[in-house]
Amino acid sequence: MPVITYREAVRHALAEELERDPNVVVMGEEVAQFNGAYKVTEGLLARFGPQRIVDTPISEAGFIGVGIGASMLGIRPVMELMFWSFYSVAFDQILNNAANVRYMSGGQIHCPIVIRGPANGGTNVGATHSHTPENVLANHPGVKVVVPSTPADAKGLLKSAIRDNDPVFFLENTMLYGEKGEVPAGEHVVPLGLADVKRPGTDLTIVTYGRSVLHSLAAAEVLEREHKVSAEVLDLRTIRPLDIDSVLRSVAKTHRVLIVEEQKPFASVGSQLAYMIQREAFDELDAPIHRLATVDAPAIYSPPVEIEQLPNPRRVLQAALETLA
Amino acid sequence: MANIIEMPKLSDTMTVGTLAKWLKKEGDVVKAGDMLAEVETDKATMELECFFDGTILKIYAPGGSQVALGAPLCAIGKPGEAVPAPAPKAPTAPAAAPAAAAPASAPASAPAPSPAPAPAPQPPPAPVAPPVPAGRIKASPLARKLAAAKGLDLARITGSGPGGRIRRADVLAAAAAPAPAARQLGSVLSKGPIQEERAVAVSNMRGAIARRLLESKTQLPHFYVEIEIDAAPLTALREQLNAALEGDGVKLSVNDFILKASAEALRRVPQVNASWEGNQIRYFSAAHVSFAVAIEDGLITPVVRDAHLKSLFAISTEAKALGKRAKEKKLAPAEFTGGTFCVSNLGMMGIPRFSAIINPPNAAILAVGTVVRKPVVRGERIEIGQTLTVTLSCDHRVIDGAVGAQYLNALKTLLESPALLLL
Repeated sequence: MPVITYREAVRHALAEELERDPNVVVMGEEVAQFNGAYKVTEGLLARFGPQRIVDTPISEAGFIGVGIGASMLGIRPVMELMFWSFYSVAFDQILNNAANVRYMSGGQIHCPIVIRGPANGGTNVGATHSHTPENVLANHPGVKVVVPSTPADAKGLLKSAIRDNDPVFFLENTMLYGEKGEVPAGEHVVPLGLADVKRPGTDLTIVTYGRSVLHSLAAAEVLEREHKVSAEVLDLRTIRPLDIDSVLRSVAKTHRVLIVEEQKPFASVGSQLAYMIQREAFDELDAPIHRLATVDAPAIYSPPVEIEQLPNPRRVLQAALETLA
Repeated sequence: MANIIEMPKLSDTMTVGTLAKWLKKEGDVVKAGDMLAEVETDKATMELECFFDGTILKIYAPGGSQVALGAPLCAIGKPGEAVPAPAPKAPTAPAAAPAAAAPASAPASAPAPSPAPAPAPQPPPAPVAPPVPAGRIKASPLARKLAAAKGLDLARITGSGPGGRIRRADVLAAAAAPAPAARQLGSVLSKGPIQEERAVAVSNMRGAIARRLLESKTQLPHFYVEIEIDAAPLTALREQLNAALEGDGVKLSVNDFILKASAEALRRVPQVNASWEGNQIRYFSAAHVSFAVAIEDGLITPVVRDAHLKSLFAISTEAKALGKRAKEKKLAPAEFTGGTFCVSNLGMMGIPRFSAIINPPNAAILAVGTVVRKPVVRGERIEIGQTLTVTLSCDHRVIDGAVGAQYLNALKTLLESPALLLL
């Protein structure tokens, strides 16, 4: 199986879907002539032409609105946000219009748009460029939210997202773009709404997603080697719809839960998960549910401090040991 | 900064200690290794060792006072040093008045098995685990579920989690440990006390049991009649029904048959279904058959109402539900009052026969033993038979010997032809 980067995996998904369906278009700032701010769309303009690969002005409210309108008429736009942090400029378009139109039209109008781009901290880009809005997005019924952790998932999930008839928000990570992994060539589709056991274990369930999956896997290695603890790492992959069944299955096996998220802790994905787990699996719990999140502060600009603000293998390990106490 | 000496945990079960006597007073110069006071626990009187050099600046707990674990006893520091105010956890525990009775009856003068005085100062063993408030046991939800499933009492399991929380591993360890009965049988050679000496306050339930049964046994003229029943047909029918109905989740117990037969026998000999009321005897038109259920710290007698009208299956279902709710202490008063006849069955515990105390205002109680395999005479032959012995305790004011005998014969007829109970 070919080993490619996360960046290439996203690009392959885009190219294959552009090839497969003439209604698929890619729009965003610098996606065409500059080959993408993070080079995800490199080469697509040359291959598919300016009608399919469209540069937009620096106006998220405007171009996201264009994409939503086009999607209502049958186009399948894949919109790139240079940073997901800019979603708030287009908040009304994304979460008022796109999220609600199917419901408000009684199912007559669909909005098959994909909005994608990086949403992460850890790159020293400051508080206004480091938002991780998956919890805010997922708070809105009518949308789907995907946060892939591996190149294979990035490709398979993006293909599903483009084929989905609802708005799908696809949150990538600049720290993962260079990560390599085995990715099936050609048709490789991962359904939305299915979590994935990235590492099986028996003593502790680490529920996580996105880049935190990598940190959790690293911590799980140490747990195994130095603490004789077998940790299961469950990658949610999709935040909404949330695969709670897989979570509960794992909890019923290990009886202890640590939730790891690169996310501010207040009203986060983890807080919703913790509620659902205690509600559905109360009698399976042998310890309180623990959470490890980003330290609750604006993204810290100092690089060494920012590393400690975010989940990292050392912090995951420490939180896991607390959960096992 | 002055050092605070706190009430240490001197035994596993200790939650409070009595500061029997101070051996030092405020202003005394002490050094590590000195004995400061005598502390009386639920087990013994021990000397409290000092772990610091200095002067006793302040004594918080006067001699004779009850002191909770971890509460301050005294402060030791340099003369003139500021003394910390007593911590909010008040040293004396006036609410623990009943506990004060315990040491009085305990052999408090037993030689204290205190560890040999350590040559070097050691940190006091006290504040390892904070005292757990009585009544509330900390256990994880999973541990609670497991303990319930295994029939283990959480109060007897030591928790190893944070704050003494009982966790799955603790329950599994307790389940793997030999049962107390087995341990008693197995370790004939074990020494030490049989159990922790203690005085337990009489619960409301025990009080009620004591009052009512003392009244019954002293005021009701009991007499006993006993009969041996051939249990082979009953055993065969029960096995046949249970095998056939297994798929439907039905499992009839011997007791279900007894309850049904008791009610039917009351129809045949209704004089037993009665109550003494001083200047009159009341005869009941309905058989409300109660049955004794052993529960934690006592027993209770839920009632199968109108058992004379109910099928064996209905009685079985109802008795199971009542028994379960009784064990959970969830019975409503209406569910354990109003019985007209009572059945007490120790057969499931292997008792061949016994006699029971009448549960007033009933006039009789049926004590049921276990089914015993033994030689029986059939015709001119001796065979291996299965017998069941039942004993009826009767209130002679209401029931005479002949009536009691008639009742047991009716019961015998029904149980020896158990198909009659299916009609």
